[in-house]
Parts: sequence; C-alpha cells; structure tokens
Amino acid sequence: MKNKLKVLRAERDWTQADLAERLEVSRQTINAIEKGKFDPSLPLAFKAARLFSLKIEDIFESD
Amino acid sequence: MSEQNNNWKQQNINNTKRLAAWTFAWLITMAIASFGPVFIWDGNTTMSSISVAINLLVGIGMIWANKKHLAGLDEMQQKVQLNAMAIALGVGLVFGLAYSNLDIANVIESDAEISHLVMLIGITYLVSTIIGLRKYQ
Repeated sequence: MKNKLKVLRAERDWTQADLAERLEVSRQTINAIEKGKFDPSLPLAFKAARLFSLKIEDIFESD
Repeated sequence: MSEQNNNWKQQNINNTKRLAAWTFAWLITMAIASFGPVFIWDGNTTMSSISVAINLLVGIGMIWANKKHLAGLDEMQQKVQLNAMAIALGVGLVFGLAYSNLDIANVIESDAEISHLVMLIGITYLVSTIIGLRKYQ
C-alpha cells in the first residue's frame, strides 16, 4: 500500500520518532509503513488521518 | 497529547521491566526447585513441594507479565511476535515429538530431555523474532 506519510511528515519537519510518538507506535513501525513493508490497521490509519486532518484516502492508496 | 504519548512509551518500558523482573524471579525459583533437593534440603519432600508450588505461582506471574508486555506492543511488533510464536510452537511440537519417538524407538542412546525442547523453542523464537524484525526494516 502506497502512502504519503513521509511527505506529510517532512512538511511538518517531524522525524519518524516524532510521528511514532504522536501515533503511539514504534519508530520501526513508522519506517515500515513509509517503505510500504507494513500495512497499518484501519484504527491506525484513522489515527494518522485525524493527526494530519485529512481523509484516509488522502494519505493511503492501494497499489 | 505529548504527555499521553510519553505515557504510552513509558508504559512499554514499564511492561518490559516488569517482564524482566518476573522472568528473573521465575528463573531463581526454578533453580531453587531444581537444585534445592540435592544441595539444600537433602530430598525433603515437603520442602520440594513448597519450592515447586512457589515456582508455579511465580511462573503464573511471568505469564501475566508477558501477556501485558505483548498487549502493550504496537501492531507491527505484535505481528512479528505472533509469527515468531507460531514458528516456535510448530517447531517445538514437530521436532519435540520426533525427538521423543527417536528415544522411544531407542534410535538415540541418551534419554530425550525436556530441557533440549525448551532450548529448541527458545532459540527458534529468538531467531524468528530477529528475522521478523529485519523483514520490516
């Protein structure tokens, strides 16, 4: 699954650790999601959407 | 928000410390239950029963601490742990019973020891966890 987490994070000048803290996951998990190696659950995707004030489909899209 | 996040991070650290403490306590009670009858109370069955009962109680505490620790991990970490546990359980079951069959059939000279099975499960779990974590790097 493709996503724009890295771009959204960069726009806010956040590190992976910063985003991980805000989403209450490990930095490794953020790294895996950004690289498309791990697909987040729906609750986590909603949490990310709320954090960036966007819709889920504005952040994540299927391959 | 930041305080809440710090709480989550701190909770994970606390869970890990709690698990380490329970595991250490279980290890100590296991050593006492194993070596006590030989080196401390000279085969006294009452003392042996008490030491095994204490070991079981502490073991239950360790299981609870492990469950709390797993529940506190994030979803990717839980997935890695689930895969590692599935592989460790499967390897332990399949190879453990095969090992037992070899003993029963007298194909191997020594007796099948439960400690060998525990070591096999432990090593398999450790290797599976490392491979699982590397997969998502």
